[in-house]
Amino acid sequence: MDLRYSESDEAFRAELRQWLSATLPQLPSEPPRDDWPARVVFDTDWQKRLFEAGYAGMSWPKEYGGRDAPPSEQLIFLEECSTAKAPYVGVNFVGTLHAGPTLIAEGTDAQKAKHIPKILRGEQVWCQCFSEPDAGSDLAGLTTRAVRDGDDYVVTGRKIWCSFGQVGEYGELLARTDADVPKHKGISWFILPMDLPGIEVRPIETILGSSEFCEVFLDEVRVPAEQLVGKENDGWRVTNVTLSFERGTAFVSEMVDAMRLAEALAPLVRDPADRRELGHVIAEFDALWALTKRNVSRAAAKGDTGLGGMIMKLAYSEARDRLSDLSMRALGRGALDVHELYVEERLRTLSLTIAAGTSQIQRNILGERVLGLPRERQWPTGAEGATR
Amino acid sequence: MNFDLTDDQEALRDGIRALCQGRFTSDRVRAGFDRAVWDELAGTGVFSLLADGFSWADASLAFEELGRAVVPGPLVWGVLAHGLVDGVPTGLARPAAGTPAMVEHLAAADVVVVLDGDAVRQVPAAAVSGALLDWPLDPLTPITRVDALPEGDVLAGADATRWRRGGAVLTAAFQVGMAHACVEQATEYSLGRKQFDRPIGSFQAIKHLLADAIVRAEVARTAVHAAAVTLDDPEVGDVDRAIAGAKLLAGEAALKNAKTSVQVHGGMGFTWEVDAHLYLKRAWLTNTTFGTPDACADALADSLS
Repeated sequence: MDLRYSESDEAFRAELRQWLSATLPQLPSEPPRDDWPARVVFDTDWQKRLFEAGYAGMSWPKEYGGRDAPPSEQLIFLEECSTAKAPYVGVNFVGTLHAGPTLIAEGTDAQKAKHIPKILRGEQVWCQCFSEPDAGSDLAGLTTRAVRDGDDYVVTGRKIWCSFGQVGEYGELLARTDADVPKHKGISWFILPMDLPGIEVRPIETILGSSEFCEVFLDEVRVPAEQLVGKENDGWRVTNVTLSFERGTAFVSEMVDAMRLAEALAPLVRDPADRRELGHVIAEFDALWALTKRNVSRAAAKGDTGLGGMIMKLAYSEARDRLSDLSMRALGRGALDVHELYVEERLRTLSLTIAAGTSQIQRNILGERVLGLPRERQWPTGAEGATR
Repeated sequence: MNFDLTDDQEALRDGIRALCQGRFTSDRVRAGFDRAVWDELAGTGVFSLLADGFSWADASLAFEELGRAVVPGPLVWGVLAHGLVDGVPTGLARPAAGTPAMVEHLAAADVVVVLDGDAVRQVPAAAVSGALLDWPLDPLTPITRVDALPEGDVLAGADATRWRRGGAVLTAAFQVGMAHACVEQATEYSLGRKQFDRPIGSFQAIKHLLADAIVRAEVARTAVHAAAVTLDDPEVGDVDRAIAGAKLLAGEAALKNAKTSVQVHGGMGFTWEVDAHLYLKRAWLTNTTFGTPDACADALADSLS
């Protein structure tokens, strides 16, 4: 065990710091939270700057324009950007972190040529159309249908929690192409051009009053068959391929922010019981930072993050919840103003234990895949089950 | 940067684990600590690891395994006092004035070492008198209540700061091993125990208790490894902060996971026969040494402002 960064890691950090300190002052001021046209301009401008400096696609293979950096440099990149308060990935999130890696792994040459370079340069914004009103934790139970008709698939259904739906030029779409096989085996992954006829996008107002998520209504949308990624009915596997790109760095930015918030909160925490709770929160985040390093070094050595990767999401989101609750107590009636950063963060972080696998689903996964416990017995389906 | 264990570290861990599985079975552990246990452990070199050139990180891996088997004895003191005292040491931090000293394993020890402010002192065990508790909390750790702990002599060559830090790391490592053992034992029970015609481990109510337990154990293990590495190489971080966090998380993991194990074992968890209570009681005991969880939390908060 060795927690020292290598000389080349430190050289990378120094070069990156220099670039950040030269670049960040040149940025225009950040637009209002829900001014989406302005957000697209701001976020894609940042992505373009990253690309020109050689920092776009840190984890992507070189042949696709990425940097193919070792996991330790990916960690340093995210750590330094967050520490320097560089812009978030913002509207580039789905394209750079999800759709791009999926296309690299599973796309055709034509699909790659059309999308990969533009995603990397900040010239193409993506959104995600996975969840449905009746398919949340049970995502594979989705019912949006894609029926082959000539050279097209005709898609009808309703999607929800589509991140950046109102500005996405393309969407990642999961739809059912075979309803007569087990649920995981009848799903296909499509590139959905969001300007096709029959698509309606409606923003969802979140608990913060923000609008980054949308509902997407699909009414007999004709999606050309060439937009299918991977084989028909192989979409569940295609979706999970993206996860294997994760190199232990998924929560680095969040964690740097959380540590900063926890340390800045300290002078406001006066009550002895609250101070003790602050100590607990600090211990948790210090340990999770060490866990991040452990996951990154394991990914570099063995290609996956193992048990450490499986516990990260649950542990981080629960620790962040503790920090948020503590900050509300510490602020007292000061917490009645949402302009106070800690209050906005308390509201925002309510999503962490829900999005991308609730804490309850995470516990099921840990219990079943790590501890080897059996799945809970299935509820009977059909008439008998429906009436019980 | 490399958080993975080296091949040598894996071999050390596996060796101690195999030793514990072979010799420190539940029956042997339940027989308590004696000179034979001491000699057997000393023979493996576990007390002399640091003197033999191993790191705190290495020693913490060994203690994780001792904790997994809930091996009884003044083991941490054995490492700290190695080469400085003759015979078997036990030890404690000097209690506040007017508070009795609760000395562990006094009858089996030759020397009592006392962490006393900036100094480490030693007292011959024969010079310490008190009342042996007839009902100690941890049945495997005899406790003598001593109202007047002698002043003792300064123990030359002992650095109190190093002892406090190293003792906290090894105790935390022991606790991590206990926390993991509790998850394993409770998981095994939940697979074999059937109610409503199915293993109770299939119920999400049980599964989620165990999932939280494995997360606590694994996060604490990471914190302890980081603290040990930081103690070995202080340039990589803040030593006292890393150790306070590790001791806090490991203590919580040991205690909460032992309680989880009792709960998952149900009625059997309330019996003397099942080992769960041995882990729970040792967790309480070890949380009173080298920094209570509360003291660690307060120190962490104070380090920020």
